[in-house]
Amino acid sequence: MTTVERPMGGRLIDQFEYGLDAPICLTWELTYACNLACVHCLSSSGRRDPRELSTAEAERVIDELQRMQVFYVNVGGGEPTVRPDFWHLLDYAVCHDVGVKFSTNGVKLDKARAARLAATDYVDVQISLDGATAEVNDAVRGAGSFATATRALENLAEAGMKDFKVSVVVTRENAGQLDQFKALTDSYGAQLRITRLRPSGRGADVWDQLHPTQAQQRDLYQWLLANGDNVLTGDSFFHLSAFGEALPGLNLCGAGRVVCLIDPVGDVYACPFAIHENFLAGNVRDEGGFQRVWQASELFADLRSPQTGGACTKCAHFDACRGGCMAAKFFTGLPLDGPDPECVQGYGEMALAARDASTLMPKSHIDHSHTGPVRGQPTLLGLPAMPPAAAAPAPPTRICDESPLVGLDLG
Amino acid sequence: MSAVVEFDADLPWQRARSVSLRPEPFGALVYSFSTRKLSFLKSKTLVTVVESLAEHPTAAATLTACGVTDAQRPAYVKALADLARSSMIERREAP
Amino acid sequence: MPETPADVETVDVPAPTAEDSLVEESLVEEVSIDGMCGVY
Repeated sequence: MTTVERPMGGRLIDQFEYGLDAPICLTWELTYACNLACVHCLSSSGRRDPRELSTAEAERVIDELQRMQVFYVNVGGGEPTVRPDFWHLLDYAVCHDVGVKFSTNGVKLDKARAARLAATDYVDVQISLDGATAEVNDAVRGAGSFATATRALENLAEAGMKDFKVSVVVTRENAGQLDQFKALTDSYGAQLRITRLRPSGRGADVWDQLHPTQAQQRDLYQWLLANGDNVLTGDSFFHLSAFGEALPGLNLCGAGRVVCLIDPVGDVYACPFAIHENFLAGNVRDEGGFQRVWQASELFADLRSPQTGGACTKCAHFDACRGGCMAAKFFTGLPLDGPDPECVQGYGEMALAARDASTLMPKSHIDHSHTGPVRGQPTLLGLPAMPPAAAAPAPPTRICDESPLVGLDLG
Repeated sequence: MSAVVEFDADLPWQRARSVSLRPEPFGALVYSFSTRKLSFLKSKTLVTVVESLAEHPTAAATLTACGVTDAQRPAYVKALADLARSSMIERREAP
Repeated sequence: MPETPADVETVDVPAPTAEDSLVEESLVEEVSIDGMCGVY
């Protein structure tokens, strides 16, 4: 813990370089298992990792988060609800003063679950959706995923759930559907949340094809200025602030400063978009647990010290965008002290074009993607979807099956 | 839209029950579990004021007890009004 | 800085601190819990 003289007053963000005693909120991926195989998955999820934290270990993490007074945890994955102990851990967190939002594709949110959630305070639900129509959504998330998500939305609305969210990753394919997304969420009484596509996880493989164009970014920025009052963004578009008026939010990278990621095997990364050994700060199973990692890891101390903006500091817009997203730069092979690949002034495009055959494109070794086709395969990359009714009977489940989804009836 | 709570410093107040206050070296972070709002308190004295509101008959008395000077008072009253408006502090049943 | 009368129970009058300069700016900053980048 730092004892450096820190200034009083000023803005909250001025305090970050001196460190916070605890994150304000963090993302906790409970499992790498997932029933889907979205093309852009930031955590390359699909198959469960056998080294996942046990129920008891997860409870100890929650105890720590309570002690540290972490206000809010975004529980995700993979698909967190496929863990059999998910509902227990949800209750445990709520009982231990840790507010939870969980991100889900909706697969388990039947009417009974929805009713239970509606009766539970301190729990927020966020349904992932990447198209306002099944056609656009399912190309990226898989056949049937739009139906699964909207069924969950219906159930939540019917149960009287308040303030549930629909979270959208903005892509080239859905950037023109913002008004439709708003209409969709309004129709369910849900809150719209739009977020930025990062070249992280499997996202690296489709980023060139899927990331919004410069023109779409400009339209998105204008749309947020006009409609942003009721729309959440997780501050993920702070790089667009270089267009002019700043968007709401802290407008800077929170990785290792106010947020971080705890992954399913207890590894602590600077943020969920940076699941790579370069951004690994420690493990909750280490001596001192999560608190020691947050307060004393070298990586986080580095991130909390003033960052060199490099060439970007000469740009008139640097104060607004702060050089953009660290993960976006890293995974497109750009230097961290240079422009964001989607720099609205165009410097990122120039930097991308300047990459040559020798430019190192970092690839994370953390990959839990399904190795074979799944029911409801995304079609974006031209792979055929499996037929909805199985042509051959499914093989019998075996004790040694790694996937927790074997035998799961998604109907 | 929630009702606007007028701030009257001559009434008893307290930190709202659904609020978590986390001291930090620079002051504190305050989070309301019911409204999902988050506030950053920029002075240690203000933190002490918020935490001891319940022990004093009025907010005004709390400011005095915490050593807030005359020059500082308007800023502190405004801060408490901001916190009342965002439901971080609430009226306490007298006394 | 007013003098402290000797016959009055004294409260230590602090020297001018950084806090005095905060009179000009707000002591409370509201932040959105969803306003921090790095949470999906």
